[in-house]
Formats: sequence, C-alpha cells, structure tokens
Amino acid sequence: MNPAVQGVLTIVLGVGGCIAYFFFSNQVLDKVIFPPRGPNAGRNINRANLVRPWLFLFPAIFALSIYLAYPVVATLWLSVTDRDAGGAFVGGANYSQMLAEPKFWEALRNNFLWLLVVPGLSTAFGLLAAQLTDRIAWGSIAKSMIFMPMAISFVGASVIWKLIYDTRPAGQDQIGVLNALWVWFGGEPQTWLTLIPWNNFLLMIVLVWIQTGFAMVILSAALRGIPEETIEAAVLDGANPFQIFFKIKVPQIMGTIVVVWTTITLVVLKVFDIVLAMTNGQWNTQVLANYMYDKLFRSFDWGVGSASAMVIMLLVLPILIWNVHNARKEMR
Amino acid sequence: MASIVGKKSGLTWAVHLSVALLVALWLFPTVGLLVSSFRSADQIASSGWWSALSTQERQVPPIRVSGDETEQGGSFVIEGSLFDGASTTVTAWGTSSREPEAHEPGQSVDMGDGQTLTVSENGDFTLSGPESFEGARLPRIFTTASTPPDFTLDNYRNVLFSSTAAAGVGQSFINTLTVAIPATIIPILIAAFAAYALAWMEFPGRALLIAAVVGLLVVPLQLALIPVLQLHNDVGIGKGYLGVWLAHTGFGLPLAIYLLRNYMVGLPKDIIENAKVDGATDFQIFLKIVLPLSFPALASFAIFQFLWTWNDLLVALVFLGTDDQTLVLTARLVNLLGSRGGQWEILAASAFVSIAVPLVVFFAMQRYLVRGLLAGSVK
Repeated sequence: MNPAVQGVLTIVLGVGGCIAYFFFSNQVLDKVIFPPRGPNAGRNINRANLVRPWLFLFPAIFALSIYLAYPVVATLWLSVTDRDAGGAFVGGANYSQMLAEPKFWEALRNNFLWLLVVPGLSTAFGLLAAQLTDRIAWGSIAKSMIFMPMAISFVGASVIWKLIYDTRPAGQDQIGVLNALWVWFGGEPQTWLTLIPWNNFLLMIVLVWIQTGFAMVILSAALRGIPEETIEAAVLDGANPFQIFFKIKVPQIMGTIVVVWTTITLVVLKVFDIVLAMTNGQWNTQVLANYMYDKLFRSFDWGVGSASAMVIMLLVLPILIWNVHNARKEMR
Repeated sequence: MASIVGKKSGLTWAVHLSVALLVALWLFPTVGLLVSSFRSADQIASSGWWSALSTQERQVPPIRVSGDETEQGGSFVIEGSLFDGASTTVTAWGTSSREPEAHEPGQSVDMGDGQTLTVSENGDFTLSGPESFEGARLPRIFTTASTPPDFTLDNYRNVLFSSTAAAGVGQSFINTLTVAIPATIIPILIAAFAAYALAWMEFPGRALLIAAVVGLLVVPLQLALIPVLQLHNDVGIGKGYLGVWLAHTGFGLPLAIYLLRNYMVGLPKDIIENAKVDGATDFQIFLKIVLPLSFPALASFAIFQFLWTWNDLLVALVFLGTDDQTLVLTARLVNLLGSRGGQWEILAASAFVSIAVPLVVFFAMQRYLVRGLLAGSVK
C-alpha cells in the first residue's frame, strides 16, 4: 500500500477510532452497565461517575505506559543482562565494561562540557536579546529572526554550520566564513572540525544558535511581567540602566532563568543529531547519546548501550524530581 | 526604562546597533546556505557565498580551446566562446600559467607557426593558422574576468526531480510528510480527553497522575528505543510507518497532556458547572464546550509536534529503518553529508528543501508557538 494512502487511512482510523472509543465507552457505561433508572438509579449515577475518568484517561495511560514508563524498566533490565548469552543476568558486567572504555569517558567529559557551555551561553544571549529588543520599534521582527533557528532541524543546522567551518587548501579562495576570516587575519586554513579540543566548542555553537531564540522568547515574556513600579522607583533613586537591569530586573526573573536553564540542559543531555551529522563522534567529540546510538545500532551491543542510556536517565533524574516536586507544590 | 533611554540618545543608538548586530549574526549562517543553494557547483567551490552578491573579478580556471575548424581564404579558423551565454567581461587574458594576464581583450597574439589568437571582451575567441589544427594540441586560455551576480534554480531541480545526482530527496520529502502529519494529529485527541479528565473530573489518584505526566515529560526517549522496537517486532508491527506514528504519539503525549491540562484548568468554571446543572454529560461538555475553547492550546501543541516530528532524526532512524525507500529528509541529509560532503550545491539545496516547510509553519503560526512555549515552561 502506498504510504501516503496508509497515512490518510491511519489519520481517519486514528481520529475516528478515538472518537468512537470515547463515545461508545461512555454510552455503554451510561446505558448498559450503570443505567440511571430503576431502583438503583442514584447509586448507578455515582458509580458511572467513578468509572468515567478512567475511560477518558485509558488511551493516554496505555500509550504512556508502553512508550515511556515500561521502557525505563526494560532498559534497566537490558543493562544488567547479556543479549548474546540469551538474556542471562550478568549484574554489573555491562557497566564495568562501559566504564573501562575510554570512549565512554570521552563522551561523559564532553557532555559535561556541553552542560557547562550551552545552557549558560544560550540563556545569556537570550537574556541580552530579550532586554535589547524589548523597547525598540522593530523589536518583534528582530525577535522573529533570532527565534527562527528553533524551526530548523538539528541536522539542517549542522549543514548550515558545516558550510561555515568548511576548509579549502591554502592558496585557494576559502568558501567557509571562519577560514576566510582566519586567512584574512593572516592564519593558515584550518580543518576546524578535526581541531581538538576546539571542535567541541564549534559543535556547541550550533546548539547555542538554536536555543538562544527559545531563551529569548521566555525571558522576554518574564521581563514584561516585572511590575513597572519597581523600575520606576529605581529610576527615581538615580539607578543607571545597567544597575536597573542587573539589580532590579534579573533578580525578579531568576525563577524563569532557572526554568530556561534546566530546559536547555535537558536538550543538551540528549544532544545527538548535531554530533552525528557533523563529526559522528570522531576527533574527541563523542557525546553520550551518540555513544549510546553507536552501541545499540552499530555494534549491536544492547547491554552496554542500555547501560549508557541509564547514565543519561541518571543525569536527567535530578531535574525530573525537581519538576515533579514543583508541580506538586503548585497544585496544593 | 523608556524615559531613560529616551534621554540618552547615545544609549538608544547603542541598543539599535547591538540588536542589528545580533540579528545579522543570527541570520548570517542561514543566509549563507540559502545563497549557496542558488549558485552553481563551480561558483560555490571557487568563491565564498558572500562574494556572489556583487560583481566579482577573478581568475577563471584555464579553458582549453575547442570547436570545429573552418577554412577561410587559405587559413584555418576555430571560433567560439569561452563562457556560454554568461554575461562575463574579460579584463585580461594569457596563454601560459606564468603570465595569465599578459594580454588585453581584443589584442591579437602571435602563437608561433603563423598562428594567431584573439580573445575579445565578451569571451569570444578566434584562433587561426595556416595549417589544419586537426590532431594538434590546442592552446589553453587563462582569463581574468568579472562576473555579475548569477543565480540558478538548477540545484533544486536537480535535487527534487532528477533521478541521478541526489536521488531520493523528493521521495524523502514525501516520507517525512507521511511521518509528520499522522504523528501530529493522532496524539491530540487522546491527550485532549486525558487533559479534560485531569483538569475537570474528580477522582482518587488525580494528583499522582499529573505528577507522573510531569515526570514523563523529561524521560529521555533514548531509553525507549530498544524496548519499544522489541515490542513492535513481537506484536508484528516491525519497522514501518505505523511504528513511527505510534512511537511519536507515545513520546508526544506527556507534553500534549501537560499543555492542554494547564490550559483547560484556566477555563472559566461557571460555564462548565452551568452545563452540568443543565444536565450535560462530561462527554458533551468536553466535545461542545471545552474542546472548542481550547483551540489555542491545541494549535500550540500541533505546531510543536509537527516541528518536532518533521525535524526528528532519531525516532525515524530507529523505527522506520534506513532503507533508501523510507529515509526521511533528516536521515537523507546525514547520508548526503557522508557521501557528498564536498558537493555543497546538492547539500545546500537538499537542506533547504527540508528547512522550508518548518520555516513556513514557523512564520505563519509563530504566535501559537510562543504561547505554547510560555505555557510549557513558565509557571
């Protein structure tokens, strides 16, 4: 069957199936199982209302359990078993094998570098852009332009930046901007992506370029939410614009800055496409997610691959707990 | 703040300049690739894209004279043009690599053996000699020429419709579309019902479920790859579109439920309670009141999910496979980067084919995207 036809059919079946499921399950509940008439009418209505939420929730809970909750457990299990030995339990063998690989430590180290650089730089640039564009007439157009890379795929962004880092032999015209500038200032053309350790930072710039727009949009909304009086008071007290920004505005949006920071941190922990497309982890640029992909789908070593996936999960865990904690606090 | 900036015009200028600089910096990479995608392979390889926008004077690689000779009044003549139809202007030329700029356009040069060569300003050349050139080695012409900006759509034609150069970009475009649209639509309804239950129905365990959704929001989908793939194989879905749609649905649900629930909780309580008093069932309230009112949140999520599924690489690679027939655009691009890393004309055009749709969606629906971002991360 043609995939496009299959796609349309899936949409119709999916949407129709959803509506049919919700409609008929409610009908069955109200008309057949607990009909609101006869001697038990009142009790039946109450019972039906006890069951109904679960009818509404069932498809979502089902999908979430299969696609997100079960895999956490299953991956944990895979990481302590050996596929070649028929899935026998091997305890920490996969983990110790992984810890013995220099490539894993390289990936872990690079991931920490990414964590240090990308969320910080993106947030800083985002804050700068938000503040600067806030009160100028063409601010919203400027914001659109800085926000635009958010719509571009990581792979597309990698192609865009690879052109910037392109290298031609010395003597020819450089077609990559970085080398063109470098040569113009009197340097020798460099193959930037193989230049350890700077290549890591060149990859990070790609993600900073993408994420700055996100940070800017959120922080700009936060800046607008600051009560006008606090700023007016500072103006009356003779504060200069920089003091107003750093001592009045930034402290008031600290909560939002932290949220932006952690959101970008999550993106960084899972960064995969950029490294795969630009260097594929060669020249000391490996990161955890690409290391894991290598293990799972190139060496078919599910044990070590799952073990490295658990490392990513472990790194995400503090943020997960913090988020859940905040959400619960808010609901109370 | 406005008042201060208003008084200090120096600072205002600094702000305008910094913003302009920032915007230029952020646009520069994309513009580079966009401009490159409209240049021919030779142009891309021989000069930076920034020089494509103005008339350029540069040394052209040597071109060997070729063409059919004719006999004119006892001498043999080869006539032709060095540059086919392009409006190039020759400023100097030569016949040896040591002196590539020895002669002026229009000058007639003695080549020895009674042969003469002339190159005119527009690149037309005339080579004449007393004997036939048959079998002889014809001279090479070095030129220094200025070329006006010249753009072409050939790269796009090549990438999308030709079956040779970068076969499959057109096919991949359709594949990506096939993945993205169902994967955007299916989760919306499922999530909307769940979000309604979490927002407006009272039942034990509700708070726990909301917390679970918030938790699942950040679970890396990397963990799901092998277990879910195994599961798909066990139930017979295997690798294919159905698997990708289901996977994207599962991975997109936490955000969908979270966004929609946050929005629905904020809907006016009176409307919903009045409807209940009037005897409407939950199903009716959901379908006739809550769903239409939640349109902005639904749109926000739809854009998110569309951009995410369109731009995704990992889920497609794992659940759709790496067959040439089913490669999505992002996977195709990664392949091209490997196999045609130096052919920027193909890479640039292919990349823009993949970027174009998200960009259109982005600029058309930016309002909803921003609203969704704000609802999704700021509380």
